[in-house]
Amino acid sequence: MPGSGPTYPLATMPPDDPTPTPTHTVGQRLERLDARAKVLGTARYADDLTFPGLLHLKVVFSTQPHARVLAIRTDAARRAPGVRAVLTAKDCPGENLIPLVLPDLTLMAADRVRFVGDPVAAVVADTPEAAHDAARLVEVDYEPLPAVFDVLEALRPGAPVVAPPISGPAGHGGANTAPNLFNLLEVKKGDLAAGFEAADVVVEQEYRTPYQAHAYLETQGMTCVPEPDGVFAVYGCMQCPFYVHEAVARVLGVPRHRVKVIQVGTGGGFGGKEDVPSIIAGLAALGAWHTGRPVKLVLSRKEDFETMSKRHPALVRLKVGAKEDGTLTALEEQLWLDGGAYATLSPVVLYRAVTHAAGPYRWPAVHVTGHAVATNKVPCGAFRGFGTLQVIFALESILDELAERLGIDPLDLRLKNAVRVGDALGTNQALTESVGFIETLERAAEVSGYREKRERYRTWQEGPKRRGVGLGCLLYGVGLGAKGKFIDRTGAHVQLYPDGSCAVSIGNAEMGQGLRTVISQIAAEELGLEFSKVQTFDGDTSRVPDSGPTVASRATVMAGNAVRDACGQIRRELRAEAGLMLGVEPDALEVFQTWVRVKAAPERRVAMNDVIARAAHARRALTASGFRLPADTWWSDDEGQGKAYEVYTYATNVCEVEVDVETGESRVIALTAAHDIGRAINPTLAEGQIEGGALQGLGFALTEEVHIDQGVIKNPRFATYIIPTAMDSPELKAVIVEHPYSGGPYGAKGIGEPPIMGIAPAVTNAIKAATGARLFECPATPERVTEAMKAQGVAARDEVAV
Amino acid sequence: MSEIDVGLEVNGEQVRARCQPHDTLLALLRYRLGLTGTKEGCGEGECGACTVFMDGEAVDSCLVLAAQCEGRQVTTIEGLGRGWPDGLHPVQKAFMETGAVQCGFCIPGIIMSAADAITRRSDAAREEVRRLVAGNLCRCTGYTKIFDAIELARDRVARGEVRPEA
Ligand code: FES
Ligand code: FES
Repeated sequence: MPGSGPTYPLATMPPDDPTPTPTHTVGQRLERLDARAKVLGTARYADDLTFPGLLHLKVVFSTQPHARVLAIRTDAARRAPGVRAVLTAKDCPGENLIPLVLPDLTLMAADRVRFVGDPVAAVVADTPEAAHDAARLVEVDYEPLPAVFDVLEALRPGAPVVAPPISGPAGHGGANTAPNLFNLLEVKKGDLAAGFEAADVVVEQEYRTPYQAHAYLETQGMTCVPEPDGVFAVYGCMQCPFYVHEAVARVLGVPRHRVKVIQVGTGGGFGGKEDVPSIIAGLAALGAWHTGRPVKLVLSRKEDFETMSKRHPALVRLKVGAKEDGTLTALEEQLWLDGGAYATLSPVVLYRAVTHAAGPYRWPAVHVTGHAVATNKVPCGAFRGFGTLQVIFALESILDELAERLGIDPLDLRLKNAVRVGDALGTNQALTESVGFIETLERAAEVSGYREKRERYRTWQEGPKRRGVGLGCLLYGVGLGAKGKFIDRTGAHVQLYPDGSCAVSIGNAEMGQGLRTVISQIAAEELGLEFSKVQTFDGDTSRVPDSGPTVASRATVMAGNAVRDACGQIRRELRAEAGLMLGVEPDALEVFQTWVRVKAAPERRVAMNDVIARAAHARRALTASGFRLPADTWWSDDEGQGKAYEVYTYATNVCEVEVDVETGESRVIALTAAHDIGRAINPTLAEGQIEGGALQGLGFALTEEVHIDQGVIKNPRFATYIIPTAMDSPELKAVIVEHPYSGGPYGAKGIGEPPIMGIAPAVTNAIKAATGARLFECPATPERVTEAMKAQGVAARDEVAV
Repeated sequence: MSEIDVGLEVNGEQVRARCQPHDTLLALLRYRLGLTGTKEGCGEGECGACTVFMDGEAVDSCLVLAAQCEGRQVTTIEGLGRGWPDGLHPVQKAFMETGAVQCGFCIPGIIMSAADAITRRSDAAREEVRRLVAGNLCRCTGYTKIFDAIELARDRVARGEVRPEA
């Protein structure tokens, strides 16, 4: 029974790297740069912008899950009052294509629609109301085709073909060679048969995870403005200005210098503003092209919900083995991700899923087979966690089952098999530094009171209420990894003014995570400036180099390193000037806080402000461009092995729930999340990421479910798609663990995604501890919990506790 | 459709605006008066992003018709800090200090609800604070730092540490 197995001593783990030198801005809880504008209501988001002569665009979406388009009748709409243009696929001056991994996604459906929500036509009019009214006059004649909604059915011979075989650029992880199979990836390590042979206990289970909607508070929105010099300027909310840049140029058929993309205030992204903003911008740009006037497209909540990307639902079949003492011996997994009608990012989501399937544990033998499958439903793409929540739910659930069968506490099972520096992951990647997993286990257990509560809750009951604690652990590969390295680079521009203030431009996006603040902190540290002297600006594609997408928790590391590169160039000039002032060689100097000082005699120093003023007067180059490539990674599809990502973050979540065994209702009392993020550049912002991600994870675990019937989403609103409110926020304890990464700025590894990833199994494991019922599917709605209790024959605690 | 004329007080100023009979107060504020601090998250009364004060009480402006606002007093996020030190209502200031702001899209609405709440319930405990902002969705923060901010502002106001400037 839980708690009765051997207890493994909690090791004290020294940090892998020496602590960086004392810093004056890095590591400080500084106030966000954009806080004031945001509390005053002056921050500008997509729909807040207006332009002279602005027109409004309304999209006509497909009502069919799969159909041939026989005719699109637009005459009545064209004649409606206030209408300036009605556009269809044939009106694209360039390519009718949104370029992503595979070249399959059209801007507007031409002769066939593949999901309810495929754009078919666009109406541009003087007012939003006129566009809305006219859009209803567009008539589309469809010839319905057989449709497929289930991943296993879609792969059967003779299934309706949603996605015919097509191939993408080499190495990007895409190349669907069979109908409806966007791609297939394997991870292989060791001898699987021998691994199961060596096991004393083998557990095999099937798990399912649902769709999740991003439900960012700001819906998608873009405005395209034709400028007098022939440039199309695009303003809107997005995570990836350079994706939008390429898409708009290709749709309009213009060279890329004729397009300029400016990201404005972005009201939440979470992956949902990674790929789809290219569609919104493409449509607005098409409208601007045809009318010669600024055109705005902002989706309604319902439109956004019905047509924009989601988290992939998954089916996971998992089998694991272990020896009597808890040593893991083998893991075999088959995974199917439901990608919906177009590949969008599915091939790379699948890559992340399979490379994370074995978790932060030592496995001698691993075989994972993953499929990204096409169905006639809304395309699934990027969502915080990117394919990992699905495999983590399965793995962390089955580890608890294994622990129960072995009579070992789940924490001890994890401690026993946790990776450390020197171990290899399921992908056979050797871990060479910055592995803080064990410390996250220890800290989370300690802060949450895990062992004591585990013991106490075994017999705790209050009327129909039972309590339990559960664990959910994970690792996360930072950055785009081996399948994304072809687009992985980052640039920055840093300009120091004679008065000692500084402007930084980066190509990555602020979407609420605090990137601009973190970048200002890094630049201030590097140049010896006060934090208030550095302003970081949002990306404008005409001013900063392509910095890749703002995804994969990569921006702090990548943009941070590019800024350090630029600042390093400027610092050389400043040291040279300071050398003249102090009468020593520049090499003998260092920047310390807001001073330049002699390394061997720190009391000999000059204020950075004076150095800057003199350097400017001497006409030194106080402006620089920085550029960085990530550390190298590789992946072999044939071997199913590789150095999948440059470095990993680690986390442990401990969740405490109270379940009403009569109603099946679960309430999360407390959640402790310990994350090894290398170094927190700004602990307040890092905690904000952890707390916010954890609550999104609780939504995924408990309430969020997209009801979809024959491809139609039945609950496209906040009243029916239930995200956590203030009433649902438990006591959230964020614990930051710092095992610095030598390749990250000041040791940082990134924090965006991991907070959401391991929450669901922590919740369902806690529900199991409380009720004795195991959930194989989330969210853990009252119906599901009650059903599981019934099906597994557990009526009350007395029957499960010994 | 023929436009109508509405006269109301917004952030202490008398304004007259022309709008469509079906326009909401939210549309009037954002698109006729250019007060874009008030946000639309759903347009259906489900998210609270559009919260403003009408005659001193927090309402979802997406559910109020502009035509009903004749002669009413409306305060938006742009006017909330009027008369407070540095132009910041204590709730606004506390949100900045505790790190309660992330993407910021929900923030004007939540601040309006919170400002309403602490004026009414200066003794509200955390449970009460939760309930008072339960109609405002935030997808970024997990609410923890938002509660911290509201409690900080509540205490400062209750202790008289911060007062409107005369
Ligand atoms: S916009 Fe009014 S409640 Fe959502
Ligand atoms: S801060 Fe983004 S929705 Fe609340």
